[in-house]
Amino acid sequence: MNKIPNRQAICDVLMEKAKTDKDIVVLCSDSRGSASLTPFADTYPEQFVEVGIAEQDLVSIAAGLAKCGKKAFAASPASFLSTRSYEQAKVDVAYSNTNVTLIGISGGVSYGALGMSHHSAQDIAAMSAIPNMRVYLPSDRFQTAKLIEALLKDEKPAYIRVGRNAVEDIYREDDCPFAMDQATVICDGTAQISSEADFENTDCAGADLAIIACGEMVRPAVDAAALLKEQGIRAVALDMYCVKPLDTKAVIRAAGSVKAVLTVEEHAPFGGLGSMVSQVVGSECPKKVVNLALPDAPVITGTSKEVFDYYGLNVEGIAQKAKEILQK
Amino acid sequence: MNLEVLAYKLRKDVINMIVAGKGGHIGGDMSVMEILTTLYFKEMNISPENMDSPDRDLFVMSKGHSVEALYAVLAEKGFFPIEQVMNEFSRFGSKFIGHPNNKLPGIEMNSGSLGHGLPVCVGMALAGKMDKRAYRVYTVMGDGELAEGSVWEGAMSASHYKLDNLCAVVDRNRLQISGSTEDVMHHDDLCARFSSFGWNVISVDGNDIDALYEAFEAAKTVKGCPTVVIANTTKGCGSPVMENKANWHHKVPTQEEYEQIMKDLDAHIESLS
Repeated sequence: MNKIPNRQAICDVLMEKAKTDKDIVVLCSDSRGSASLTPFADTYPEQFVEVGIAEQDLVSIAAGLAKCGKKAFAASPASFLSTRSYEQAKVDVAYSNTNVTLIGISGGVSYGALGMSHHSAQDIAAMSAIPNMRVYLPSDRFQTAKLIEALLKDEKPAYIRVGRNAVEDIYREDDCPFAMDQATVICDGTAQISSEADFENTDCAGADLAIIACGEMVRPAVDAAALLKEQGIRAVALDMYCVKPLDTKAVIRAAGSVKAVLTVEEHAPFGGLGSMVSQVVGSECPKKVVNLALPDAPVITGTSKEVFDYYGLNVEGIAQKAKEILQK
Repeated sequence: MNLEVLAYKLRKDVINMIVAGKGGHIGGDMSVMEILTTLYFKEMNISPENMDSPDRDLFVMSKGHSVEALYAVLAEKGFFPIEQVMNEFSRFGSKFIGHPNNKLPGIEMNSGSLGHGLPVCVGMALAGKMDKRAYRVYTVMGDGELAEGSVWEGAMSASHYKLDNLCAVVDRNRLQISGSTEDVMHHDDLCARFSSFGWNVISVDGNDIDALYEAFEAAKTVKGCPTVVIANTTKGCGSPVMENKANWHHKVPTQEEYEQIMKDLDAHIESLS
């Protein structure tokens, strides 16, 4: 059982890169502990900016730093970062085109027991609606590290959401297929970047269903595919960590080779991964698409596992939904 | 160059720009003109030639709606021809839109929504400290803008980080779109407010170039805290047709008003020349 949360993976990469790259600057809003960034703050105090509990200030300051050549990584709970400082993300980061990576920590229902104020079930919709803002929900610690390494190589705005808790590994340190803005296709235990996956002729061929998931929902999606296989249903899973820009080619190729598509996300039912996949499938390769998500209602409170179980956002729930779709 | 004359000449450019573009925030353009003229022609190290230099001074127009005044100043600095602004301002698909955007040369950051400039400048000033660069960072805010909470988040962090390379200017013209700032949301204790946030405060006649320059130079000598220059200005400054009238916040002059305003601005130019 992996005990390293994705936020820790972010810190590890930034710590390593900051050894030689003095332009990396990390900003927190009294959130260094929650973001697992205390080691960074302690090791590189001259490359760390604390703004206090002031998310608007956090994002604007990050943009100002970036305008002067810094690679700014601003970390704050996703619920606040994506809505309290939404206009700063829109104007100072995306519109002004500054090299800022917004890191939404404790995303989704990570703070499950703390109520709607602390749930970020709107962040994908909000951030995706901003032109020039990319939205990434990495699935495990290895993919998170690859993503941060990739983001350090470009100068464009991005929003990343990670959860609070450690999630089970999907990939391995020496086997984590990753290409920027390409989904990872997982079929029968084999992972490939989408441009190398052959939906027609290899492992993925003949799947009944494509399960497209992002963030913490990828692991249960992959496990649900394995469970379904035991029950005679073949499902291919897509790790769509790149929610925006969506890997539309992968969506079209996957949807084109199956009977139906199931999307799974830790997000409200509108404007998230499911909405985006539905748009693409509807216009390019019409197939049945069903979205499994949180409800359009204040999410029930509890641990994130309790919340996931309640809404069927778990292995059994995904498998059950898959069977329902295929039976109809 | 006689900067006092230049400020009035640039006001004429603004009036023509607003008439050509059929709209603009005319009152604040007029009040801020000496502030911009002093900054761009006397104080700041900014020119079309040094915009790629990491040592240039940095400016953010936080009260972005006064963009017409900024366009006139940037054109005079040689960033683009004034004729281009006159032809393109507010036209379909133009880059010369009603708020600053950094697709245009000379503009660092996009603005328009109020309360963004100061915290952005905090980031710029922090970067200057980190890199031990000598540049200074300037922003101009409106007084109505100070009701935005994000201004005070920025003010708090600027003093926390002792950003003595940051100088904010408040265009204190005492009017906003709904009327007197003191009726809408009062700011009469502005100096005390900034002072309590740990800022060095200088209050001057904001339509007096010598007084403004003296304030900006004094700000450079203050160490360990940021400086705010409260520039007490007249909204619509330059013609009694517009002066101290809230309904000139955003307005296009009629032909008759236009002629009177130009006459009044010419009279200023003549008396100052």
